Amino acid sequence: MPDPTSPAARVPFGETERTTAIAFALMVALFAVAPVVVYPVFLMNVLCMALFACAFNLLIGFGGLLSFGHAMFLGMAGYVCAHAAKVWGLPPEAAIALGTAASALLGLVTGLLAIRSQGIYFAMITLALAQMVYFFCLQAPFTHGEDGIQSVPRGKLFAVLDLNNIWVLYYVVLAIFVGAFLLIYRTVHSPFGQVLKAIRENEPRAISLGYDADRYKLLAFVLSAALSGLAGATKAIVFQLASLTDVHWTMSGEVVLMTLLGGMGTIFGPVAGALVIVGLQNYLAPLGQWVTVITGAIFVVCVLAFRRGIVGELAAWWAKRRA
Amino acid sequence: MKAIRFSLTALTLVVAASAAQAQISDGVIKIGVLSDMSSLYTDLAGAGSVAAARMAVEDSGIEKRGYKVEIVSADHQNKPDVGSAITRQWYDVDKVDVIVDTPNSGVALAVNQITRDKGKAFLVSGAASSDLTGKACSPNTIHWTYDTWMLANGTGSSIVKTGGDTWFFLTADYAFGLALERDTEAVVLKNGGKVLGKVRHPLNTQDFSSFLLQAQASKAKIIGLANAGGDTTNSIKQAAEFGIVKGGQNLAGLLVFLTDIHALGLPTAQGLIVTNTFYWDSNDQTRAFAKRFAERDKGIYPTMIHAGVYSALTHYLKAVEALKSDDGTKVIAKMKETPTDDPLFGKGSIRVDGRKIHPAYLVEVKKPSESKGPWDYYKVRATIPADQAFRPLKDGECPLVK
Amino acid sequence: MTEIFGVPTQALFGQLLIGLINGAFYAMLSLGLAVIFGLLNIINFTHGAQYMMGAFCAWFLLQYLGVGYWWALLIAPLAVGAIGVAIERTMLARLYKLDHLYGLLLTFGLALIIQGVFTNYFGSSGLPYQLPQEFAGAYNLSFMFLPKYRAWVIAVSLVVCLGTWYVIERTKLGSYLRAATENAALVQAFGINVPRMITLTYGFGVGLAAFAGVMAAPIYQVNPQMGANLIIVVFAVVVIGGMGSILGSIITGFGLGVIEGLTKVFYPEASNTVIFIIMAIVLLIKPSGLFGRAR
Repeated sequence: MPDPTSPAARVPFGETERTTAIAFALMVALFAVAPVVVYPVFLMNVLCMALFACAFNLLIGFGGLLSFGHAMFLGMAGYVCAHAAKVWGLPPEAAIALGTAASALLGLVTGLLAIRSQGIYFAMITLALAQMVYFFCLQAPFTHGEDGIQSVPRGKLFAVLDLNNIWVLYYVVLAIFVGAFLLIYRTVHSPFGQVLKAIRENEPRAISLGYDADRYKLLAFVLSAALSGLAGATKAIVFQLASLTDVHWTMSGEVVLMTLLGGMGTIFGPVAGALVIVGLQNYLAPLGQWVTVITGAIFVVCVLAFRRGIVGELAAWWAKRRA
Repeated sequence: MKAIRFSLTALTLVVAASAAQAQISDGVIKIGVLSDMSSLYTDLAGAGSVAAARMAVEDSGIEKRGYKVEIVSADHQNKPDVGSAITRQWYDVDKVDVIVDTPNSGVALAVNQITRDKGKAFLVSGAASSDLTGKACSPNTIHWTYDTWMLANGTGSSIVKTGGDTWFFLTADYAFGLALERDTEAVVLKNGGKVLGKVRHPLNTQDFSSFLLQAQASKAKIIGLANAGGDTTNSIKQAAEFGIVKGGQNLAGLLVFLTDIHALGLPTAQGLIVTNTFYWDSNDQTRAFAKRFAERDKGIYPTMIHAGVYSALTHYLKAVEALKSDDGTKVIAKMKETPTDDPLFGKGSIRVDGRKIHPAYLVEVKKPSESKGPWDYYKVRATIPADQAFRPLKDGECPLVK
Repeated sequence: MTEIFGVPTQALFGQLLIGLINGAFYAMLSLGLAVIFGLLNIINFTHGAQYMMGAFCAWFLLQYLGVGYWWALLIAPLAVGAIGVAIERTMLARLYKLDHLYGLLLTFGLALIIQGVFTNYFGSSGLPYQLPQEFAGAYNLSFMFLPKYRAWVIAVSLVVCLGTWYVIERTKLGSYLRAATENAALVQAFGINVPRMITLTYGFGVGLAAFAGVMAAPIYQVNPQMGANLIIVVFAVVVIGGMGSILGSIITGFGLGVIEGLTKVFYPEASNTVIFIIMAIVLLIKPSGLFGRAR
């Protein structure tokens, strides 16, 4: 649902491959050196949330579907991953894979229910389904309710890389993020991504061209759910914790905000949005409840005056300067 | 003349400071108050805990003796992940030496683990889980004010002994509520009472009338509220509406704080039975403290959590001065060795599992006619002596106990 | 005593009645949402916060001005409705040309702001609002003890809901409203001031939320979070009833209250999920909701 009046919002950071490649290299380089100056645990949180926002953006920015319940995928994967690592003693790579798979499955079930509707209906239904998942997580014994699953062992990745070393952990998380980011980029620019965009623009026309719109949408939904799950599972390993926060509807709201603020339908927008929002929550934490107020205010300002988001505005400014 | 005298004092302070700070990491004793500043527990801990911490530092006079003390605070929003992120950052980046308060057991358990890994110190006042001195006990943590076992035991046994021998439980359906119900039920049965029924309600239920009707129909003498925060206040409020207390049944709040009573008002809350470890109107010292405290915290009188923060930090600072070091593991060990003594909890001790030991009080909420003024809410029905108030050392399964 | 599934019939009657009372709140809130959605095509996420503001408004009036419950029933909806009108004029009105989802996002942000500000100033443990004297006591129906205030809640919400339904479905004003939903430009061409009608509709829907808030103040704790959790359940009610359907929202509101009440007796653990489960089932069978038209 990017603003149809602005061409720039549709174009992922200049359409040219070269600009995108340069921007991508810049982003990876920045994240690679950042932990020298910035606290690595904070950066890992940013990376996980950025991945989550990118996965969400795949659905809204390119599929035109606003899910208001994406927290269920983030949280569920976190729980499954934490449980697998702590109780079943699986190595981190298996635990993360299992968490991701669980979210993909959840995405398939909820997707089958939700994609039958569109627009606001779709948003409400995903919200309600997520609320169901939330109550399930609150009551199921294996999640330990309010306490969450604590002291999750980080273990050794592929029995070699010791994740208890913060530097090793950081670059593993960065690698996961970059891998998933490239996957999303490929998907968007593949024929599958093109069909998805066609459905977003005009669903009846896409159907009349012979595309099974529901199947494409479902596939996009499951992919987005799985990648959100990857983010949640990684987060559980980083913080050694899986908790209700990640399944609560406020988290679903936050990911919408990150994407909206960064720029819906842009490749780099969600990353920028995640960086700003996580930074805000981190550095303004002493302000207590005012953080909620500020978050709300950003929402309002974005919707009223800043619909293209940070990256969208930048791209528009760039395009204008070159023209 | 005045100016010269001032600069002389300043000079002596500086000299003393450099001597004392030799053993203190970064030259500053940095205290982090990690609390709920925005939701459920804001009033009973929150900003009040920061005020209590500040008062403990001022009253100790430690700064006059050349130590530098700094207090920081943050909001964990009742989310274990937010709490653990702040904790890591405080220890790794901001060089915090000790974390205090931390209502919400989920957050406290996370902080407990990180504190142990980093060899710092953690003084729990706000969290309830008795696991903190049980399975999860740590040489770096002291659990100060109260815990679930003490609430269940204090409320359960005292009520059964005073005639409330049939119970119906209204339980919040998640880990905390279930643990509270389980512990209390065990105590009730042990003391010869009977449990006639129970109903589990979802967390954050708005309407309790359905559950209350079931409780009413059970004809149990006592309705035990194994829930917390808004769930408890809502169930008490609606119990009054349905005439449950007037009908001869009594409510027993297993986790109710002074600020909850204030929010409910006496006409609604009267007759409620609660267990506490601190009440501001106990003696001259607590009254004086409460008055000073209220001036600093928007007129709120101190809850047992606020008092616990004050008392724990007072003891902590004494240990730091005695050791001339703020190394977490050493200070906690020293604190356990030294008997405690402060104006709010009196004399007490700390066990090897980290459990602070002091008496508990079973109190009943006054009728509006009995209350002499604002915040005059409790009358003490029974005192549970220190040696019976908390779980026996051997029952906790704490690995530190050999 | 006769029993149904191990529960005495008399107790069951009591529970049904209680369910109906809760349904009254669902109905009043979902009605406001349905009215707003019908005309503005906006899901008003701020609805829960506005319900909370209504309750707080009653508390302010009593605490600072000594104005009691009855006046609060009138003043609070007007005051909060006026704030709603201001929100619509300054913000929502700018979004009508865009995708409707932006309205959802905007109201979501507003809800966060309002809740945050109230929590900052009033803490979270809540404030007491005493039951008005007139309602002290209860009726002793043979099968249960019904507090007078609860009986009042049922009666009032029925009157409000049916009154709203009558105005929209059976009066001239209502027909303009419905016509504007179908084709705003055409109605405008007939000389009716559609933007003003939209503004007032939003104000009315918001006022309805505030009214429910005042009704709730004496029985539920007045606190800043009181609307936040309720509103998602109400969303589900609206989805089940069929979005934008006035009668649908009323019937589903009361009906789901009863179903939820029964769940509290037979399987309380599921009492907060049951509505969402019903929603999933309804959507599988009829994606536009029980009373909704397919869009």
